[in-house]
Amino acid sequence: MGSARSNESKNHAWMFLFLCWVVTLVATAGSLFFSEVMHFPPCVLCWYQRICMYPLVFIYFAGLFPLNRSVLRFTVPLLFTGWIMALYHILVYHGVIPESLTPCTEGVSCAAVFFEWFGFISIPVLSFTAFTVLLILSFCFKVEVSKYEK
Amino acid sequence: MKNKKLVIFISLFIVVAGFIGAKKLYEKSLVQKMEFLASDNFNTFVRDYSPVLGSPDAKVYITEFLDPECESCRAVYPAVKEIMKEFEGKVKLVVRYAPFHGNSVMAVRILEAARAQGKYWEALELLFEKQPEWGDHHNPRPSLIWTYLPTIGIDVERLQKDMENPIILTRLQRDVEDGRMLDVRQTPTFFVNGKPLTSFGIPQLRSLVKDQVEQTTYQ
Repeated sequence: MGSARSNESKNHAWMFLFLCWVVTLVATAGSLFFSEVMHFPPCVLCWYQRICMYPLVFIYFAGLFPLNRSVLRFTVPLLFTGWIMALYHILVYHGVIPESLTPCTEGVSCAAVFFEWFGFISIPVLSFTAFTVLLILSFCFKVEVSKYEK
Repeated sequence: MKNKKLVIFISLFIVVAGFIGAKKLYEKSLVQKMEFLASDNFNTFVRDYSPVLGSPDAKVYITEFLDPECESCRAVYPAVKEIMKEFEGKVKLVVRYAPFHGNSVMAVRILEAARAQGKYWEALELLFEKQPEWGDHHNPRPSLIWTYLPTIGIDVERLQKDMENPIILTRLQRDVEDGRMLDVRQTPTFFVNGKPLTSFGIPQLRSLVKDQVEQTTYQ
């Protein structure tokens, strides 16, 4: 009975990690679509978020086969940094923080609006959503892992 | 374990296929949008004030959005001239501006003022040739341009007066607006009779021109 439950938790943990991988994959493909297909030039803050997002595709993949419990040690620092960057980007984008105080004085403005779906889904909002979902999934993963570790 | 690998493989496939599919759809919608613009208002691609190179009877227009300070524009210019030569009498080149660099606006004003002296194409070639000096990204020295101009027989004093003509900026503004309308985000951007060059490259540009030349001669 105990082992069956631990197996179930293990499967759940794998599922959450797999979902993380899918989210990073979609986010990576999406951001490459904006820059390479639609030719939106990425601004400085976008690059910082990309730095945090792109490696996750490989790290999560490596953590799936075989399931590695310590994968969070490598992913959470990246997730957290990306999340902060995305939050900051949203504040710049919506004018809460004036752009002159940001590192985007040259090149593409971080507050440049390329598109807004339904009036509020912008590129920084998409990025922030992805990082937030990943943090939540990581938490779920942690919970499942702690169940079968005991 | 086997199932898991299958799930991974399928999701990877979906994301990659989705990316490629979306790319195709996006490019198709872009071409359709341009086609609509070309049939609805061809002036967006070709303005009557723009500098034109080639035979006035030519039916194929190559619209090039360029920036005198852009390195790729400099690099493709000889190839564009070669294409012009290959289809001599059948194509004309229309220059539109997309000033994306620090000194682009000044360079455009110089070019337009050179046009008043009938030296437009000479000046454009000169600016491209000397671009690594005056338009160096780490140390741009646009004042060097004054020293080049007399070598092609331009009266610099007259040019500096002509540069102040407000019509230049009005037209430049029009070019920028048209560029925005046509999704011009990088230079050079080419359109041949309103058809966008979706994949950038000289062979692609040549074949797009060839298609249009063939289409117009059989009509």
